[in-house]
Amino acid sequence: MKTILKSGILAAAALALSASLAAPSFARDLTVVSWGGNYQDAQREIYFKPFAEKTGKPVLDEAWDGGIGVIQSKVKAGAPNWDAVQVESEELALGCADGLYEKIDWDKMGGKDRFLDSAVNDCGVGAIVWSTAIAYDGDKLKEGPTSWADFWNVEKFPGKRSLRKGPKYTLEFALLADGVPKDEIYDVLGTEEGVARAFKKLDELKPNIVWWESGAQPLQFLASGEVAMTSAYNGRITGINRTEGKNFKVVWPGSIYAVDSWVVLKDAENKDAAQDFIAFASEPDNQAKLPEFVAYGLPVKEAAAKVPEKFAKDLPTDPANMTDAISLDVDFWIDNAETLTQRFNAWLAQ
Amino acid sequence: MTAAAPRTVRSLLLLAPLLVFLLAFFVWPLFSMMSQSVSDTAVLRLLPRSAEVLAGWDRTSPPTLPMQQALMEDLRAVDDDQALGDMVRRLNSARSGFRTLMGKTTSALGDTDNPPADLVSIDKRWGKPEFWLAIADALSPLTDRNLLAALDLGRNAAGEIEHLPADQSVNSVILVRTFWIAALVTFFCAAIGYPYAIIAASLSGWKRDLMLAAVLLPLWTSLLVRTAAWFILLQEQGLINDLLRWLRLIDAPLPLIFNRTGVIIAMTHVLLPFMVLPIYSVLITIPKNLMPAAASLGAPPLRAFLRVLLPLSLRGVASGGLLVFISAIGYYITPALIGGPGDQMISSIIAFYATGSANWGMAGALGVVLLVATLLLYSVYARLSADEPGRR
Repeated sequence: MKTILKSGILAAAALALSASLAAPSFARDLTVVSWGGNYQDAQREIYFKPFAEKTGKPVLDEAWDGGIGVIQSKVKAGAPNWDAVQVESEELALGCADGLYEKIDWDKMGGKDRFLDSAVNDCGVGAIVWSTAIAYDGDKLKEGPTSWADFWNVEKFPGKRSLRKGPKYTLEFALLADGVPKDEIYDVLGTEEGVARAFKKLDELKPNIVWWESGAQPLQFLASGEVAMTSAYNGRITGINRTEGKNFKVVWPGSIYAVDSWVVLKDAENKDAAQDFIAFASEPDNQAKLPEFVAYGLPVKEAAAKVPEKFAKDLPTDPANMTDAISLDVDFWIDNAETLTQRFNAWLAQ
Repeated sequence: MTAAAPRTVRSLLLLAPLLVFLLAFFVWPLFSMMSQSVSDTAVLRLLPRSAEVLAGWDRTSPPTLPMQQALMEDLRAVDDDQALGDMVRRLNSARSGFRTLMGKTTSALGDTDNPPADLVSIDKRWGKPEFWLAIADALSPLTDRNLLAALDLGRNAAGEIEHLPADQSVNSVILVRTFWIAALVTFFCAAIGYPYAIIAASLSGWKRDLMLAAVLLPLWTSLLVRTAAWFILLQEQGLINDLLRWLRLIDAPLPLIFNRTGVIIAMTHVLLPFMVLPIYSVLITIPKNLMPAAASLGAPPLRAFLRVLLPLSLRGVASGGLLVFISAIGYYITPALIGGPGDQMISSIIAFYATGSANWGMAGALGVVLLVATLLLYSVYARLSADEPGRR
């Protein structure tokens, strides 16, 4: 009798447990996902907190490091636990083609004309224009590098280098260092010989490269003296100068800029609130506050006009910084990312 | 018989939570991962008409008009964006360029005002047999391409299996490296953990508690925190190098981070508890009077250790070694943060396919290869430990 009772209790407990697992959880708060670090700290101050105050509902924020597979697994599992996500341009293109995002309600955003052309997409609203550039410590190197050829020159500038682990940007930078003019980068990279040329150039620097994966790493390497120069997101370089009194320099010629966009995940629980949030973050008055914290360019034209001169000169969208910069070719990377990453991984492992 | 039946039901009921747990969190995920690696329906599901027409194609000549019309009809009929996405990803993975080609084609087909006559007029890439070959090869519901690719193999145009060029695929190199790093870590864990466990087991009272706490405390700290701590200790301007330089033992900093040394040090530290605890639990069950008995029979300490204590405690070493080894082959965070590019293990490649490129078939295939290799090693272990003298 006792054992029957016991097993009954156990079975009931198991049932209760599985029921509580299966039962719908409490309504989730609006969850906004961005790229972490000092960038997200700034977004929290000027977007997340004010929006939570305005709507009277909490806003959760999480950080991620990109990857279309992350988004795909969340959407395919049904009821994704993120609502608004800031994605890179090829995640926008891939996810939009694959139906992973909600369509943007452009009336809510104040119309497409308010934005730069490159910031307008069926599935995404431009959040920032950002750049990947060479960074070095101005206190340690009085005369720093001025080009990718200098970055490759370990005799003139001794010390290790750091680059983002992956073929994107790395192959472009290698070709620039090898003397390919900036307008021909993607034509050269589109051929088998061009890819081989880029990898050959990378071979030269390989023993001196420390690879980074998340955006905060390269600046840690630079600050600790682990590397002499690195590629880094421009906003983080300026950010660390302002918050920690560093003297890190940005080398604009040869930098590659791209647009990051806000998207709303398909069938997310708070998809309407997410669109409201994106509209809030696209208000010129709100967006104009961003450059004070991190030096990213603003896709809302009216907001860009409001940025004070002392901050504007650090932005990738500043005409002087744009002259010798390159625009990331999204189409090239959505076609070739997988094969080139395989090849890059194989090259790394050799 | 009749009395046994209710008992069976009752014991099954008691086991039910366990069985449900195993099915939901072990059997089903494993099965779905394995089936991902061989199933290949993404293209066939959307292109039934093209599949019929392509069956009669000779695989070398330029695409005929009926082929193009069948594909256009198939593409017009697609109304599920996510399914279309799956198909395009599958095709782009076989042949770079399908992404932009399909994007261009579907938007041209959606233009009902002036419908295109054929596919080649939309994009001249449709005139190339390579793109059609990629489609034709993706039309069978089962595929071995992921499993082959996981072993650096592939099929050529004639359908024969051949090695992929060494600059394109190095999974086997990374797999061997994974097992080598795991073996090294297991060795160092045993070399440090065994004496540690012997000392801990020979002590009593607060000393033993202290030694066990020293093993257990790190176990309760997050893996990420411990790895980050090693990062700070090992870096060029880190504590270890600073101390060595302060002591004038070295002039230039030792390269301890972003290389194999750092990975082995950090992984050995992280996995040490899994070696110490099984050995310790075996050691405390060995009667304390065995070693004095051996000594009283005239055995010198080393001989007594080799003949008595070591054989009796080998069981702990074997299970500790297995635990450490199997945990080590799945390591991801520690090699990613502490290691250089030459120290990345197979999990980083799996992570790339799973999260970076959403190619779950390939991620599943690499997982299957890892699982099979591990099972093989486990069967070797099981056979060895069955013959081992310590086990009765």
